[in-house]
Amino acid sequence: MFDRRLAENFDWVLLGITLALGMLGLIILYSAVTAGIPDPQKTLCIKQLIWYCTGLVAILIIIMFNYKLLDQWAYAIYAGGIVLLILVMFFGRYVAGSRRWLAIGPVSVQPSEMMKIGLIIALAHYYSKNVNIRGLTFRELFIPGLLVMLPFGLIVKQPDLGTAILLALIAGAMTVFVKIERRSFICIICFFIAIIPMVWFFLKGYQKQRILTFLNPDRDPLGAGYHIIQSKIAIGSGMLWGKGFLSGTQNALSFLPEQHTDFIFSVLAEEWGFVGAMALLLVFLLLIFWGLNVAIRCRDPFGIILSVGMTAMIFWQVFVNICMVMGLMPVVGVPLPFISYGGSSVMTIMICVGILMNVSMRRFMFE
Amino acid sequence: MDQYLNTADSDWFKQRLTGILFCVVGAFVLLAARLFYLQILEGEEFRRLSENNCIRLQSIDAPRGLIFDRNSKLLVDNRPAFNLSIVPMDAKPVEATLKKIARYSNVGETEMISKFPLTKISRSYNPVLLQPDIGRDTLAAMEVHGFDLPGVLINVTPCREYIYKKSVSHLLGYLGQISISELRSDKYSGCRTGEFVGKFGVEKSCEMFLRGKRGGRQVEVNAKGQVIKVMKTVAARPGHNIFLTIDERLQQLAETLLNGMTGSVAAMDPRTGEVLAMASNPAFDPNDFVTGLSHEKWNALTNDSLRPMENKVTQAGYPPASTYKIITAMAGLEEGVIDDKTSFFCSGQLRFGDRVFRCWNKYGHGKVSVVKALAESCDVFFYQVGLNLGIERLAWYAKACGLGKSTGIALSNENKGLVPTTMWKKKRIGRPWYRGETLSVAIGQGYNVVTPLQMLVLTSAVANGGELYRPLIIKKIVSADGNIIEKARSHVTGRLPVSKKNMELIRKGLWEVVNGRRGTARAVKLKTLEFSGKTGTAQVVGRKKNDAADGSEDAEDPVKPHAWFVAYAPSVDPVIAIVVMIEHGEHGSSTAAPIAGKLIDAYLGGAENGAGLMTGDFPAAENNQGRILPGGA
Repeated sequence: MFDRRLAENFDWVLLGITLALGMLGLIILYSAVTAGIPDPQKTLCIKQLIWYCTGLVAILIIIMFNYKLLDQWAYAIYAGGIVLLILVMFFGRYVAGSRRWLAIGPVSVQPSEMMKIGLIIALAHYYSKNVNIRGLTFRELFIPGLLVMLPFGLIVKQPDLGTAILLALIAGAMTVFVKIERRSFICIICFFIAIIPMVWFFLKGYQKQRILTFLNPDRDPLGAGYHIIQSKIAIGSGMLWGKGFLSGTQNALSFLPEQHTDFIFSVLAEEWGFVGAMALLLVFLLLIFWGLNVAIRCRDPFGIILSVGMTAMIFWQVFVNICMVMGLMPVVGVPLPFISYGGSSVMTIMICVGILMNVSMRRFMFE
Repeated sequence: MDQYLNTADSDWFKQRLTGILFCVVGAFVLLAARLFYLQILEGEEFRRLSENNCIRLQSIDAPRGLIFDRNSKLLVDNRPAFNLSIVPMDAKPVEATLKKIARYSNVGETEMISKFPLTKISRSYNPVLLQPDIGRDTLAAMEVHGFDLPGVLINVTPCREYIYKKSVSHLLGYLGQISISELRSDKYSGCRTGEFVGKFGVEKSCEMFLRGKRGGRQVEVNAKGQVIKVMKTVAARPGHNIFLTIDERLQQLAETLLNGMTGSVAAMDPRTGEVLAMASNPAFDPNDFVTGLSHEKWNALTNDSLRPMENKVTQAGYPPASTYKIITAMAGLEEGVIDDKTSFFCSGQLRFGDRVFRCWNKYGHGKVSVVKALAESCDVFFYQVGLNLGIERLAWYAKACGLGKSTGIALSNENKGLVPTTMWKKKRIGRPWYRGETLSVAIGQGYNVVTPLQMLVLTSAVANGGELYRPLIIKKIVSADGNIIEKARSHVTGRLPVSKKNMELIRKGLWEVVNGRRGTARAVKLKTLEFSGKTGTAQVVGRKKNDAADGSEDAEDPVKPHAWFVAYAPSVDPVIAIVVMIEHGEHGSSTAAPIAGKLIDAYLGGAENGAGLMTGDFPAAENNQGRILPGGA
């Protein structure tokens, strides 16, 4: 069933951007785990490289199959994700007070990462059947609402507020894209405004404290508040040209927390300055534009909405992560795509790129 | 038609995508603007702050909770200690600074430098502890030369102080550096490497209450690492205060009476199970542990043949000797083997098989009933009872009286003791039970092992009419601001398997021990009040290693027996139960019983000292607590 047109339509630009970001990621990671640290964990770079390579293989496998299969299997994939989330509730490994990891053989996976993709596929499936130009009504939004609330609740329970919020943001972006009927839109807004004080009323004292600290890191000057200050110092001290590769000083020991995962952007901004940080932002912007371009060129509603969902996922992760390290948003555990260390995060992004590539390659099938 | 018009086509999707595109661009402009603000507009200032990693976090240690006795008398306090640390990245050059420190603190230069693995941590911004608890002279020198010592940090931390030194040490326990396995467990979450945590006694068992929550502050430092501005502070939360059930005055008296002997004394309120005193001699000084014990000192303590690190009340096991006769009498009466009228003839010995079992009184006690047998501790009587009961029934009663299992006291490493049975012997030694061994068990010898605490709980139960209480050592736990966190409640773990009538017989026997004309403890009879008790003299086999230490005196009598005495007072409606156990004290009546007598005399108000510790003082003590801790009562 191999079609010559598939090869002709291979998306070299998307592959190029992916490889560029991967390479950049490794370089920054190397600096993050070595500069100024007494016991460098250089093996993390090797591990990350292995994850990238596995991701590339995953892309290769994904582009072999027609993405239409995802349409058919949408709810099954979604259900698989939910099952994994339920499993992690019972058999998950505790790390720092939360259960996010599931050990499958020698590797640990984070089902909440995989759930993002499952949710995007399920929503794309539903919206492609129901989309119309007058917008979705309140009743038509009932099922998508359920589709989001279920994994959202399970992930909040882990607890992993960052990933849960990300899930809601992605779903929100997709829903706004397919348009909500005006009256229903107002209803939904009113509903949320009404429910927030009620939820607040039912929360216990310590839960309220946690949310307040989350919204305002200054309440926790020894934890999140301190991390934000150090992150801002690191970014700001980079100035225009940066301090140079491996010359970051804030990186040392506890001054930058999680410098190789969530706060890796600070390492980049410190060492490469405004110029380097802007360059990375532009590459991300290019990737997002390209994702939207894939959607524009696609002729099939499912393909369009799927691409928009995948692009929204990349966008929100970039936006929320960079806002967080620059002190514009609460500290949530959202990794920076391609750059942050972490197998599950890399794999999710690679699968996401694979699906975009898949849609991009098969656009001719509708011409 | 309508359906067709509403269908989303490519143009419509394109229009929606254009909208999204603008949102994305808007978001990236926001990110770029923030980046521009941080790196270009404020860059200069942030570069300055980054130069020396100026903004730092300093931790503030939380004071551990204080420990009081039942009358709110302070037993364990915190004093300020000055710790000398160095921040390697600030102390440039490190070696020269170390040499200066060595000069000011009277420590050899090489020793100071050897303490400090230069290569490993020289790039660290985390303070490295050089010397804990420096003295005033060193502190003054450091303060004076502060300007000359970059990166040197002196922080004040609360340090444990055990006011009465060796007193109550086994109950209070001591601190030690947290171990790796402890660091990993959830119980010690929030602890760091090198932190001191409770390792023994109440310090250990109440660790989670005593440990507070560490605070900290964000500070700005200059190039020398000296604080120039405190930005934010989170105060440390002190640990909860603990009120023990111990009466410190009784405790002191018990310790004074034990002076020079090896053994233990414990007292309990038989109405509640509250432990009033728990003394074990020899003792250790927990103050030696607060900044870490030297290797030699630790070895000296652990290798001492008198075992100063052991709480002899809960951890040491001995044969119960004649104090066990309470159980044999109970089992005999309840099983119908004997009754109040049964009597045996004691000729000073009992021939069983081809062996002769002697009574301690070689002239014999003559015709003996159960009351007389308890009062005069006649061995032959109990040989007979044991023989008729058999080992299994005897063991069942011993277990029902709380022997062979832990009492449930809130101290770790409690000795469970041993109640021998046929099965146990088969399993452990691989031989069948011989009936002759039952005779030894019946008088508390043989394989029997009990702790003084178990005997105290049993004595309390006899005193209060049969309730076995879990020994309480903590009266209440109160937070630093006076809220009661936990209040101890009495907990009955079991009942003695004895009828009221038989209990009265046993109590009569114990009364005669002290007050009878021929009672074994008649010498310690008090004029002012009547109390009951039971003596015990435990034969010990082969503990030869003590001999050499004790010198020539013991040469002729290599191993002296252990001396026991259990008692409760007054005989009617008792308010205190006491156990005294003196290792190699020879006779219960001559060594152990006088100690119990003096304690009872002091506690319940003897003729000489007017009012005792107990009379009138307890209600007042309750008021004290209310006054010292507002809202605590």
